[in-house]
Amino acid sequence: MLTYTIRRLLIAIPTLLFISLVIFLILEMAPGDPLADQPLTVPPEVREKMRAALGLDQPAWVRYLLWLKQFFWTEPLHLVDSLFGTAFADPTGRIVSWQFRAPAMDIIWQRLPQTLWVVGLAYVVGVVIAVPIGIISAYRQYSWFDNLGTFVSMVGFSVPTFFTGVVLIIVFAVNLHWFPSIYDTTLKVTDWESFLKQARQMVMPVTVLALFNASQISRFMRASMLDNLQQDYVRTARAKGMSEKVVVLRHVLRNSLIPVVTVIALGIPTIFGGAIITEQVFKVNGLGQLLITAIYANDLPMVQTLTFIFAALTVLFNLIADVLYGVLDPRIRYD
Amino acid sequence: MPDGASPVLDVKGLKTVFRTRGGEVHAVNSVSFDLKPGELLGVVGESGSGKSVTMMSLIGLLPSPPADVRAGEVLFGGTDLLRCPQDHLRAVRGGEIGFIFQDPMTSLNPVFTVGFQIMEPLRKHMGMDKAAARKRAQELLELVGIPDARRRLDDFPHQFSGGMRQRVMIAIALACDPKVLIADEPTTALDVTIQAQILELVRELRRKLGMAIVWITHDLGVIAGIADRVIVMYGGQIVEQAPVKDLFHRPRHPYTRALLKTIPSVRGEREAKLNVIEGQPPILIAAPTACSFRARCPHAFDRCARENPARRPVGPGHDVACFWDPAPEASDA
Ligand SMILES: Nc1ncnc2c1ncn2[C@@H]1O[C@H](COP(=O)(O)OP(=O)(O)O)[C@@H](O)[C@H]1O
Ligand code: SF4
Ligand SMILES: [Mg+2]
Repeated sequence: MLTYTIRRLLIAIPTLLFISLVIFLILEMAPGDPLADQPLTVPPEVREKMRAALGLDQPAWVRYLLWLKQFFWTEPLHLVDSLFGTAFADPTGRIVSWQFRAPAMDIIWQRLPQTLWVVGLAYVVGVVIAVPIGIISAYRQYSWFDNLGTFVSMVGFSVPTFFTGVVLIIVFAVNLHWFPSIYDTTLKVTDWESFLKQARQMVMPVTVLALFNASQISRFMRASMLDNLQQDYVRTARAKGMSEKVVVLRHVLRNSLIPVVTVIALGIPTIFGGAIITEQVFKVNGLGQLLITAIYANDLPMVQTLTFIFAALTVLFNLIADVLYGVLDPRIRYD
Repeated sequence: MPDGASPVLDVKGLKTVFRTRGGEVHAVNSVSFDLKPGELLGVVGESGSGKSVTMMSLIGLLPSPPADVRAGEVLFGGTDLLRCPQDHLRAVRGGEIGFIFQDPMTSLNPVFTVGFQIMEPLRKHMGMDKAAARKRAQELLELVGIPDARRRLDDFPHQFSGGMRQRVMIAIALACDPKVLIADEPTTALDVTIQAQILELVRELRRKLGMAIVWITHDLGVIAGIADRVIVMYGGQIVEQAPVKDLFHRPRHPYTRALLKTIPSVRGEREAKLNVIEGQPPILIAAPTACSFRARCPHAFDRCARENPARRPVGPGHDVACFWDPAPEASDA
């Protein structure tokens, strides 16, 4: 297992380099000029200087290598510096967002908590409600509970989050005034009062996303349980006189969780992608929104960095899912 | 196996129906039989004749729905297992009645160690603590002839061969010293040589432990070697019951006779399947009102279409559900 993990990590390096190159080339080919926002009255020579200041006078391959150096060398060093108070990194060599005129990573760190709180919490809530629902639905297949669950998850899965989001806003924020319609990112939780306020503004976005996540995961859980409930070993467990609780929650569940855990792990990188649409709808100032605004502003370093981080997380969690599979299923031996 | 001993298991008028979309399937129709202490009862019949459903009905192993055990009595240790509380039934299952299934490759839970799976019933039914259960599990593995038992307790099912897994299943079934062991085609999925080894093991265990055994098979050759008494099932009914010698020397039911003809001359050939009898098994969509074998029976006559024959005695411990009487010389064949 260890050698397998190490081998996979080593293979991930060329994969990630390739991904970063592809992202770079796509952004390079994309139309759009980072100086498009500048007034037309700016004289051409000044414009050239501005381009040079952004490094745009360099050939593409130089800019790509520069980004690589910044991302894989300067930024990690900077992270070390900020953690241990050292001074290894060259402060001028960091990836700078054109739009914010500040280091891209600093902005990302700033936005990360919003995304983690809203999207991450929604994921956790989704998983926590999906697993028991999936178990009960499968065990009581075609009962009213199962039918209701099937209906709700069909709705939750097929109705887009921007729609459910807007519906919730209209009903609960505009009409009932239960929750604020706009997420206040500047809110700091300092006391009970502000905590309640934070909780209240999180309710709707978390609900929308949790419903979506739970719909998907509960279906997986149900299908996996149904698969396993048919298996011969279940009959063996019953023939041994085990109680239904043990049969279902020990024998069947332990097997059913294997694929579900994998699916859950594979879904985690999408948290960081920050449910772009939901963040837009509720005006949550997270990573998803950061990416969107960066794209609008032609902020190439930011887009490149964010996209690459999402890609790296996807690769990482793929690996984690595979390793988990091996840990959970004794039949899988990687070495 | 004294003839007069009161049975450990007494099944009367068992009826099991499956509710399916296409209507009801009458899988088991008024099946009655008993099992004496220490006896080995063979159950034969082609695939789909209701052998498994009968045995699983006894101890409530059929999922309901679709199964519905509609009538009958299963007397075991003074209680009717069809009407007793679930708790009692669970204590009987795995405690006093052990079960072995056909496919050892899928009958063990892939994610738990073999030791854990043997220890489960020990801890539940015998109230053993972990250490005692583990010690007993090791003894059981030794008993069923698995070498290096102590180390193998921590192995997972996939680390065992098919034959070894069936030995593990036997160890599980025997864990709590059951009075009855029900083996549902335990060797069908195995190679011939492994099959012979398992048979030998069961023979030996029976000598050592003295439990009664119900051995389901569709291989009459196997039955001849180990059974004391045989019941023959067809279309969800018992069509003949006889001591093993009688069955082979004086078979009465035309179906049994046909079965005996299908035993290959060289023993142990895997082709010894029963479905080489011409014709199809009956479709069990309604409770029978005529003899269900009549479409395939060479001796059928008009009465067979009007009535479903009841079992009638034809010799000591020998009964048959058929209206036809073979000519005296034929019956000695
Ligand atoms: N789950 C089920 N649903 C409907 N019919 C079933 C089901 N299980 C078994 N049966 C029917 O019960 C009959 C007896 O099956 P079974 O006892 O498994 O036969 P066998 O003698 O081969 O063990 C078969 O005809 C089969 O069609
Ligand atoms: S009752 Fe009639 S049809 Fe049925 S087995 Fe006997 S002779 Fe054949
Ligand atoms: Mg069967």
